[in-house]
Amino acid sequence: MRNAVGREIPDQLLTGGREVFQGNAYRENAQYTKAGPTVRASVMPRESKVVASIREAILQCGLRDGMTISFHHHFRDGDYIANMVMKEVADLGIRDITIAASSMGAAHDPIAEYIEQGIVTGLQTSGIRGKIGEAVSTGKLKTPAILRTHGGRVRAVECGEVHIDVAFIGAPTSDEYGNASGKGGKSDCGVLSYADVDARHADKVVIITDTLVPFPNQPCSISCVNVDYVVVVDEIGNPAKIASAAARITDNPRDLKIAEKCAGIMKATPYFKDGFSFQTGVGGPSIAVTLFLKKYMQEKGIRMGWIVGGISTPMVDLLKEGYVKYLADTQDFDTGAIASLGVTPGHFEVTCSEYANPMNKGAYVNKLDFVVLAALEIDVHFNVNVITGSDGILRGAPGGHPDTANGAKCTIIVAPLVRGRIPTVCDSVVTVTTPGESVDILVTEYGAAVNPRRRDLMEALDAAGVPHVTIEELRDKAYSMVGVPDPVRFGDRVVAILEARDGTLLDVVREIKPYSFDE
Amino acid sequence: MKKPDKNRLRRTMMFLSAQKPSLIKDAYIYGSDSVILDLEDAVSENQKDSARFSLYHALKSVDYGDTERLVRINGLDTPHWQEDVRVCVAGGADGIRIAKCESARDVQIVEEAVAAAEKEFGVEEGRTLLMAALESPLGIINALEICKASPRMFGIALSGGDYRRCLHTKYYPSGNELFVARGNIVIAARAAGIQCFDTVFTDFNDMEGFRRETMLIKEMGFDGKSIVTPKQIAIVHEIFTPTAREIAEAERVVLAIRENAKKGIGIFKVDGKMLDVAFVEGAERTLALARAAGLYKGDL
Amino acid sequence: MKIKQTAVAGTLESSDVMVTVEPGSGLELSISSSVINQYGRAIRASVLDVLERLEVQDARVTIVDRGALDCTLRARVECAVFRSGEISDKNIPWGGAVQ
Repeated sequence: MRNAVGREIPDQLLTGGREVFQGNAYRENAQYTKAGPTVRASVMPRESKVVASIREAILQCGLRDGMTISFHHHFRDGDYIANMVMKEVADLGIRDITIAASSMGAAHDPIAEYIEQGIVTGLQTSGIRGKIGEAVSTGKLKTPAILRTHGGRVRAVECGEVHIDVAFIGAPTSDEYGNASGKGGKSDCGVLSYADVDARHADKVVIITDTLVPFPNQPCSISCVNVDYVVVVDEIGNPAKIASAAARITDNPRDLKIAEKCAGIMKATPYFKDGFSFQTGVGGPSIAVTLFLKKYMQEKGIRMGWIVGGISTPMVDLLKEGYVKYLADTQDFDTGAIASLGVTPGHFEVTCSEYANPMNKGAYVNKLDFVVLAALEIDVHFNVNVITGSDGILRGAPGGHPDTANGAKCTIIVAPLVRGRIPTVCDSVVTVTTPGESVDILVTEYGAAVNPRRRDLMEALDAAGVPHVTIEELRDKAYSMVGVPDPVRFGDRVVAILEARDGTLLDVVREIKPYSFDE
Repeated sequence: MKKPDKNRLRRTMMFLSAQKPSLIKDAYIYGSDSVILDLEDAVSENQKDSARFSLYHALKSVDYGDTERLVRINGLDTPHWQEDVRVCVAGGADGIRIAKCESARDVQIVEEAVAAAEKEFGVEEGRTLLMAALESPLGIINALEICKASPRMFGIALSGGDYRRCLHTKYYPSGNELFVARGNIVIAARAAGIQCFDTVFTDFNDMEGFRRETMLIKEMGFDGKSIVTPKQIAIVHEIFTPTAREIAEAERVVLAIRENAKKGIGIFKVDGKMLDVAFVEGAERTLALARAAGLYKGDL
Repeated sequence: MKIKQTAVAGTLESSDVMVTVEPGSGLELSISSSVINQYGRAIRASVLDVLERLEVQDARVTIVDRGALDCTLRARVECAVFRSGEISDKNIPWGGAVQ
């Protein structure tokens, strides 16, 4: 069945109440009863929940074939937790496990092996990269991977579409009762926003830490009331890869040019006024936008109200310099952000549900004025791909992209027009991760295009004398430089399902096929 | 193909290696007035041939828009420069920058080769412009004859690196070491009625030093500066952009001169200052600079 | 043009392409590219076009592409062919066989 972004969704996937994507507003006001975990009471006095090892915790939890376990991704490329747990699972001979992680990355290459061996047969995640991406794209995973947005994952857990049997939550510090925090210890990661839903909804919750602290570990992100066991290991991660050194704003002239154009466009919209809210990523032109926004805020004598999402040092600097009042933090990208959390007044943690869940009673993203996002590809319908590379292999993450794009009043994609020979602006993206309905403006170094749905924004830019073109013109310019690309050819088998944030099916990714010159 | 304009605005001339595909494909987007595709120092000795093929296709297939496309060819003391000239002309470069120029004869040698190439490739005679880089004391002393050596000459440039070595000095933030050379170049260029350009500033990270040097050369009368990174473009353009007051004054001067010319009046007052028709060129140049910076939308 | 000896042009840097031509009988073309899915056929067509223009009938040509634009690809193939004949330094037929 064809969905609202024109993608054909195979009928055999539309079972158990699954529907195709029908537009962002389809589930507005939908009513549902939240799913809850089955827990075991701890009535009697008990000093400690510490068990001897990860293996011991797995055994105590009663983990067995066919169950679902979960991890968070606050340790990013420095995570040791998922690999340590999966090694014990494999050694215990447990098979047919579904991993439901908030995201997976380069640190998790060893898990590709467990996919090939049938130890892992289900995968639900936002990010999928490296060897896991290749294993899934080549059809090694028994069931199609389910790729969700950050907000969509919380929704799926709370709606009962995913039931987590055991959550393994790595925590930089914990006390013996499981009050766990992202701050302190040897592997400081700042916040534990993504683990919040796991702690509240998994049947069994295991905290894994390398730094046990005296009870009560306050302030904490994970409360002891939700924790079954605590395991102390030598190292939960590699600090050098958990947080990079303080992020510096790029000096790449192309990125700066895009960022400057982007800030100029933001300034021309009616949302650029005192107290406006903003989100952006850490890379390339995205964070560089703040450099120019600062100048424009000075000129206009206004300040930002709040920033939400992943936090990096340039944002902390804005807070310290008084350009923004609050940082609502869901992820810390560098040491500067980690050090600031809970220390700089106005810098606080929010849970992933607070951040982006589309089916709670209203998340922060719904109040965003601007979000500035990247894209691997964007097509003439403003649909964005951030998940499949130009070779069709899974190597990205929807993350908060579709959540914030949907929520913000003005969603801006910043991207170079071409990367190497690959055009960023194209006729049709390989995979839709963010529907064009959510995207308002594209900014490239060659010019900006406004989604025709946003006549109001076009008029605002015209009134301010900010030039813009059609997205078709940008595509034509890209194609004139690099040539018209052939579409990537796939096999038939569906290897991954892209859920829209509300759980409807936005797109599917199929098995890759070796290239042939002759077809 | 648009005929190159000898007197166009050239505030920034950005060097790019002709051998680097990632650079030549679209470096014009940063908005320098000219790009100089380099066959000389940026290309190693064993890649000169390859760089010419790359240059040819870049000139033929990349749309540089309004950006002027110049090519720096190898020195006359190398075995490369004649083929360099052929590929520039065949590819339709707007102009050629002659490296290490020391005399009018050097310009004329290149001019003859250019003329021959224009004939060979059916390019309109005289289309390909020339500029010369002065890199030695002899070149500086012969600046005037170099400027006047050919009607194709649109400008001369100082090349500071070699020149400093020849003088037994080095870079100083004051610019004292280049003061005489810069002065001589501006004077020679103005005497010959062509443009002049300052040398590159090679410390990419010292933006304050770059700004100081650009202010200096603007005060001295240069038309622009050779640059090595897009980061430097905005600073040069900012410094070369006239103030709102200068623009308004230039507009009044041009209008007054035109009106008085109609009435046959030669000398008159604008804003209390005595002016004559000789002021029109400067005022028009101010308006052109303002237009390039997007500050002047009038039609004078 | 006859391919007399092995010659290489281009690099393995991003946006460049390394082209190797070797003597052979008939045309043997081997292409690997970081953008093979989108541009594999376009690359093959351009290489064959350049070889035809240069009247190369017998050669083994190896293309290792890192996302070069078509203009770069053509430049590197031409340079490699001229280098194999040791005639890449002067009197190139710009606008003739080299288009």
